[in-house]
Amino acid sequence: MATTDIHLHQSGNHAHDDHAHDEHEHHAGNFWTTYIFSQDHKMIGKQFLITGIFWALIGGTLSVIFRLQLGFPDMNLDWLKPVLGEWITPEGKLDPEFYLALVTMHGTIMVFFVLTAGLSGTFSNFLIPLQIGARDMASGFMNMLSYWFFFLASVVMFISLFLETGPAGGGWTIYPPLSALPQAIKGSGLGMTLWLVSMALFIVSQLLGGVNYITTIINMRTRGMAFTKMPLTIWAFFFTAIIGLLSFPVLFSAALLLIFDRSFGTSFYLSDIYIGGEALAHDGGSPILFQHLFWFLGHPEVYIVLLPALGLSSEIIATNSRKPIFGYKAMIGSMLFIAILSFIVWAHHMFVTGMNPFLGSIFMLLTLIIAVPSAVKIFNYVTTLWKGNLRFTPGMLFSIGMVSFFLTGGITGIFLGNSAIDIQLHDTYFVVAHFHLVMGSASFFGMLAGIYHWFPKMFGRMMDDRLGYIHFWISFVGVYLVFFPMHYIGVAGFPRRYYSWTNFETFSGFADLNMLVSTAAILTLSAQFIFLFNFFYSMFRGRLAPANPWYSNTLEWTTPRFPEHGNWPGEIPAVYRWPYDYSKPGAADDYIPQTVPFSETPESNLPHENELIKLETSNGGSAIVIESHKG
Amino acid sequence: MMSLLIFLGVVLILGILYMIFRVGNLIRVAKGSQEAGARVDSANSVNAALFVVFMVVSLVAFFWYSFANFKDYTLPIASIHGKKTDDLFWITMAITVIAFSIISVIMFMFIFKYQYKADRKAKYYPDNHYLELAWTIIPAIVLALLIFTGLRTWNEITAPASKEAEVIELVGQQFAWTARYPGVKDKELGGYNYKLIDPINEFGLDLTDKHSFDDFKSLELHLPKGKEILLKIRAKDVLHSVFLPHFRVKMDAVPGMPTQFKFVATKTTEEMRAELNNPNFNYELACTEICGRGHFSMKMPVVVEDEESYERWKASQEAWLKQNPDYLKQVPAALKEAAMIQAGMQKDPGATVAAVQQ
Repeated sequence: MATTDIHLHQSGNHAHDDHAHDEHEHHAGNFWTTYIFSQDHKMIGKQFLITGIFWALIGGTLSVIFRLQLGFPDMNLDWLKPVLGEWITPEGKLDPEFYLALVTMHGTIMVFFVLTAGLSGTFSNFLIPLQIGARDMASGFMNMLSYWFFFLASVVMFISLFLETGPAGGGWTIYPPLSALPQAIKGSGLGMTLWLVSMALFIVSQLLGGVNYITTIINMRTRGMAFTKMPLTIWAFFFTAIIGLLSFPVLFSAALLLIFDRSFGTSFYLSDIYIGGEALAHDGGSPILFQHLFWFLGHPEVYIVLLPALGLSSEIIATNSRKPIFGYKAMIGSMLFIAILSFIVWAHHMFVTGMNPFLGSIFMLLTLIIAVPSAVKIFNYVTTLWKGNLRFTPGMLFSIGMVSFFLTGGITGIFLGNSAIDIQLHDTYFVVAHFHLVMGSASFFGMLAGIYHWFPKMFGRMMDDRLGYIHFWISFVGVYLVFFPMHYIGVAGFPRRYYSWTNFETFSGFADLNMLVSTAAILTLSAQFIFLFNFFYSMFRGRLAPANPWYSNTLEWTTPRFPEHGNWPGEIPAVYRWPYDYSKPGAADDYIPQTVPFSETPESNLPHENELIKLETSNGGSAIVIESHKG
Repeated sequence: MMSLLIFLGVVLILGILYMIFRVGNLIRVAKGSQEAGARVDSANSVNAALFVVFMVVSLVAFFWYSFANFKDYTLPIASIHGKKTDDLFWITMAITVIAFSIISVIMFMFIFKYQYKADRKAKYYPDNHYLELAWTIIPAIVLALLIFTGLRTWNEITAPASKEAEVIELVGQQFAWTARYPGVKDKELGGYNYKLIDPINEFGLDLTDKHSFDDFKSLELHLPKGKEILLKIRAKDVLHSVFLPHFRVKMDAVPGMPTQFKFVATKTTEEMRAELNNPNFNYELACTEICGRGHFSMKMPVVVEDEESYERWKASQEAWLKQNPDYLKQVPAALKEAAMIQAGMQKDPGATVAAVQQ
């Protein structure tokens, strides 16, 4: 640590940095500019986080309500009447149409509001400037707008939950014609309109954020922070932002055309429809067009959700294994490959929609290729653990959980990506099990890992690790108990989005497994309250955090305990090495922060690193001083 | 009153939990001063051990349940291509379960074995290109094999149906399925137009097309065993999806875009009843694309019989036009007589003449 401090006190000749620093010191900051309309990336990150947690609670609660229906179909739900009112039928059952609305909103909320905004919004904002050594985002104002557009989107979506006709109910994929025709389902009335408005605002928020993340990463890295020295978190956020920037506009156009079809009588998606006793005038549209546009976002979206979680857990696993992440370049390469491939696999969601079967073969080929970089990532994680010196902090536990879910859920993708096998499995519980593990739970665990790991930097205090352990073990076992049995239910052919299966002899079994799943879901949700307590309690009363609680190499731990707007009180430290010099042979301690020049660590330098010492002296003024001190 | 009691109980329990948490914290603070400098505490080895316990218990549970309840979660197969896709499924299962088990065991064993020890230093091992190359290429080869077998099956399944295939039309609407058979006389489905749909003419049958006269409607899907069947699928209102679980058939029904699926059924309902030892067994058709309030109840009974009784059943069905003679007025005057004959509303004069001559 001492070495890091030396650098903090070196005054450089970077006029720009000094200027930026001065500017920030004059920030008075009242309540409104500090906590509400803040332009500080750290506060904006926290705003995303708190909003994300709020949505996660709602999304989780909705799922428990519909799991009650599925696991305990005979249960009397009258006790929910005070909350759900008319949505509980006089017989004490959930209204089937509200069941669909619950499923739809659960999906929308979890995918977009929790795992996109709550995960990538939180950590991209919080970590990018801190880990690349920047005072703030490229545009603090745009960043603030990004949050407030998300907030507006949240308000609109939240209001839609309380409509008399209910929120959108056509599934989170909102396939038309169902989503286009209010006469087909109540949720396609005002609920759907608000859904579309909310998503349009959400996309604006994502684009504002994404432009900022990319610009900041490219332009504002501190001295010495070459692309090849960036932590994998930053690489992950970088790819995520690019994917988002390229794919969200497509969802926007899909939504816009749907708005036209709904409100202005166009026929982009509608044709040959007879409903409610009349033949509609719409002619020539194609519902398949919507599916193509939707999944052109929808599939990259999976990686928008997953990549940040992979990035966070790479960093946490390396830190707590006290080892460099195995195959740093392979990890970047596989993320890049995944990011590219994610754009050309979308139609594997549509094998049995009547799409040309030849197209199906192409997409099957591309889809299964994506399993290769994913497999490389798993193997690299496992090798990182090999011969490590593992510390099971709560962040580490959740990262391991994340890798486990990524493996279990990813492997079933090999079944679903195979179009011949997908015929039977499509839209069954097998799919539900697959994506809840690989993208839902894996990303959610990545997010929790990130919260536990960076909480000390966010709030200057430590979370209680024992509560963290309990939270982890209940959630880890709970998630497996919820989603693993669904594989069996899916192989047995049970279709998704069914309010009840009693109408079919074929799907009459598995009452026991469904009960188990629902019980486990309730248990898992309850365990999250342990986390909530820990989170808010520690925010105010937790133990004060040491400067570098996890003995980590990355730049954010060189900031003060409570960094102000501007992050570093003095000059921004320069970076000399990659972030994964853990347990380097010869080094005194088992970590060497990125800010330590090679000239200071002759005992642990590799041959090619000794060459780099010359470069340090030629372009960094501060390094010379240290050398002379040493000499 | 009861709910107030429950509420108080919950508050009490939460209060106790909070006290335990506080006391535990204080004890740790008191103890913590002794362990200053240690980078991990005793919980580290507990967590490491729990991972191994988790791995053993979950793998045992997984294998035990999968073998013990195999019959419960696998559906019997009743089509030719279903056998092939199921084989693919189980081959993929074998490969992935082996890979999954090996990786899981290795990962959790590493987690246990390499838990933190103060006197040990981790191995600085940033990369190994041969290793990385190996685990890029091996999955790629395995996947290539799966892709090629999958492609072959997929191409077979989606290849055009033969000319002799038995064509049956399935129409999805909120929330029921209807089937239309081409009729025994011309064996060809008549044209339709959604604008002609009304509460009685639910198919939108175009009665200016002579092929439509003998078409008949059925609320039960009858299928012949051993003959290629071509399902022509369409939807009237929103998306639906035809799912015949035992036949491994699934295809969306899309308004404005007719779709199709061909397959051969291999077991009659009776044979399946005998095989499963369940005299009440019936094949079913389910909807698997969310379509609204009644999605979960959108069922159609399916009957598979041998070709002979299938033909007999078809011959016994009345043409739609015969059931709805009012619609004769939509038939062009020139075709009216042909329509009456085809629909079975009037004896074929040619046939009568032939009979008389005999």
